[in-house]
Amino acid sequence: MEHNNDVILRLRGVKAHFPVKAGVFKRTVGHVKAVDGVDLDVYRGEVLGLVGESGCGKTTLGKTILQLVRSTEGEIVYRSPQDKETDLTRLDNEGLVPFRKRLQIVFQDPHSSLNPAFTIFGSLEDPLKKYGVKSREERRRIIGDLLEAVNMRREYMDRYPHEFSGGQRQRIGIARALSIEPELIVCDEAVSALDVSIQAQVLQLLMKLKRERNLTYIFITHDLSVTEYICDRVAVMYLGRVVELCRSEDLFAKNLHPYTEALLSAIPVADLDKKSERIVLQGDVPSPVNPPPGCPFHPRCRYARDVCRTEVPRLKRYQVDGHDHYASCHLIDLPEAAPEAVAASA
Amino acid sequence: MAHQTYPTTRKRTRLDAQFDRISAREEAGEARSKGGSRAFNKFLNNRLAVIGLIIFSVIVLTAIFAPLLTPYDPNRIDLRAMLQPPSWEHWFGTDRTGRDLFSRVLYGGRISILVGLGSAVLAAIVGILIGVYTGYVGGWLDALAMRVSEIFMSFPQIILVLLLVSILGQSLVNLMLIFTLTGWGGIYRMARARMLSIREEEYVLALRSFGLSRPLIAYKHMLPNALGPIMVNITLSTAAFILQEAGLSFLGLGVPLSIPTWGNILNVAQDLRVLQSNWWVWLPVGTVISLFVLSVNFIGDGLRDATDPSQQG
Ligand SMILES: Nc1ncnc2c1ncn2[C@@H]1O[C@H](COP(=O)(O)OP(=O)(O)OP(=O)(O)O)[C@@H](O)[C@H]1O
Ligand code: SF4
Ligand SMILES: [Mg+2]
Repeated sequence: MEHNNDVILRLRGVKAHFPVKAGVFKRTVGHVKAVDGVDLDVYRGEVLGLVGESGCGKTTLGKTILQLVRSTEGEIVYRSPQDKETDLTRLDNEGLVPFRKRLQIVFQDPHSSLNPAFTIFGSLEDPLKKYGVKSREERRRIIGDLLEAVNMRREYMDRYPHEFSGGQRQRIGIARALSIEPELIVCDEAVSALDVSIQAQVLQLLMKLKRERNLTYIFITHDLSVTEYICDRVAVMYLGRVVELCRSEDLFAKNLHPYTEALLSAIPVADLDKKSERIVLQGDVPSPVNPPPGCPFHPRCRYARDVCRTEVPRLKRYQVDGHDHYASCHLIDLPEAAPEAVAASA
Repeated sequence: MAHQTYPTTRKRTRLDAQFDRISAREEAGEARSKGGSRAFNKFLNNRLAVIGLIIFSVIVLTAIFAPLLTPYDPNRIDLRAMLQPPSWEHWFGTDRTGRDLFSRVLYGGRISILVGLGSAVLAAIVGILIGVYTGYVGGWLDALAMRVSEIFMSFPQIILVLLLVSILGQSLVNLMLIFTLTGWGGIYRMARARMLSIREEEYVLALRSFGLSRPLIAYKHMLPNALGPIMVNITLSTAAFILQEAGLSFLGLGVPLSIPTWGNILNVAQDLRVLQSNWWVWLPVGTVISLFVLSVNFIGDGLRDATDPSQQG
């Protein structure tokens, strides 16, 4: 699927650092560089996967896109269907309100994603009120419709969260995200906590809703086999940066980055003929407080050279089978494509 | 999810039928467990808490219905009946001015309980109003509130009382004001700590992602989840305030002596002769205070166990 460059979200140099405080006087002694310079375009109507090891900053990037975590640097530009561009990082809470309606999020943990003190209706009605649904009857109708859209009964809106199973709660979380008719939804490990059979059910539901409502998804997961099913493109993150970005079918067959290669080899392969060598990632993920100099992956990379220890590789654009393919590694032996996509819009 | 269908090769067992019934009931929504009643049942299973509740109720009811239980005016001086020991006429005896002590304990309970409970509720309101919001938003506002509470909590209460009594004068309302000022810090800290721990829950993030206002998120959506420990704290501080009232009144700094309170009744026992030879002046009221404080503490402990999610059984 090729996109006619209809970008909905453009991230440039996005950083989200958390101060580390220590000592009696709570002095800032360093920063957790959870997101450390992400460049990314999200196209309208696509499913963009975001994968990487635990702690690489996927959730933080998702929250930063919604400005639930304020970015420390960089720009996050939202482009409306009318081509109007707005940098979300420059807006205050008030200014963000109109964009809150466009971008939503579904969380990972079905046990903390719903307020135990309220019924489903009680939890979901305030956002509707905020966005102009004045009458209670109307809100009940909308929430009932939403529950039906996620294959649940309307009457469930008067029940409390503890009466539902994990899969049901996750579907309610999806219904909540849909309630104000957003354009883009960040799904943060939306199915990871569920049983495999229920995972498939929820994934199918997400895809059905995407078709019906023309949604765009940023699909965060650490489960690479899920990306194959539903993602159009996949971004691989390492230590707060995107190290590779390509079509999801190319990720498995034609990946360019040594980290992606290692990550993929860690998935058990069902097909016995396709013997793949298992590359063991040596050592732990380096601390995001003191990321290694040069290529952040070099302490664990089996191809690392001298240049990797000193120079940070840039995320470059290549052409693989006529498709854009981004990767950041010194050793890629391909001609770099004309830099317009990344540089020109920056 | 409709009813289960079973492969015809297997015979339906009793368990299958039972499973069907359960799932049918689940479908109909009858299987819901009620959070409130579960905590309530747990409370009732705690023997000390129930005893506490009974004692508490008896004392509160007798205080409320005092006019029905005693014919004596608690303030009527009867010089012909000074310092009489307990008798059928005067159940707890009389004090130095011949006032009926039983009636004074009942009427005094009204004021003492009002001071205790009223101050605890007022302190809770102040503590919750500040703690819930600053705990949720954090930042400089939170740091400021924390410092202010530290100042109030580290100030010796007795000096504050002396200060305020000399500025504002001695009265019931002033005493409650003083207790509120010195007491809000505890509940503030508890509310704040609860908010810090639920601030990162995903449902709060979801509310933020809709751009709902901070007070709405903090007071409406988060506060109900912090109420359990706060209720416990209110009961426990009620007991503490009643003891403090007794202490201050004993020193003559509490409620004006013209109003009967448990503390003011004890005040007469400052006289060593009364202490030694007229035990009925201080023993019954002292016992009532102890019983009441104990019962409130039992109730508080029971509430804590019943609402503690980590002990949910
Ligand atoms: N509020 C915060 N304050 C300080 N550090 C944080 C905060 N939130 C996240 N971090 C740190 O930032 C890094 C990235 O965390 P993040 O949750 O984004 O990772 P993740 O890729 O989502 O991992 P997982 O797969 O485990 O969910 C981690 O090292 C984490 O400890
Ligand atoms: S730049 Fe060097 S260290 Fe980094 S991934 Fe490429 S080869 Fe490995
Ligand atoms: Mg995460």
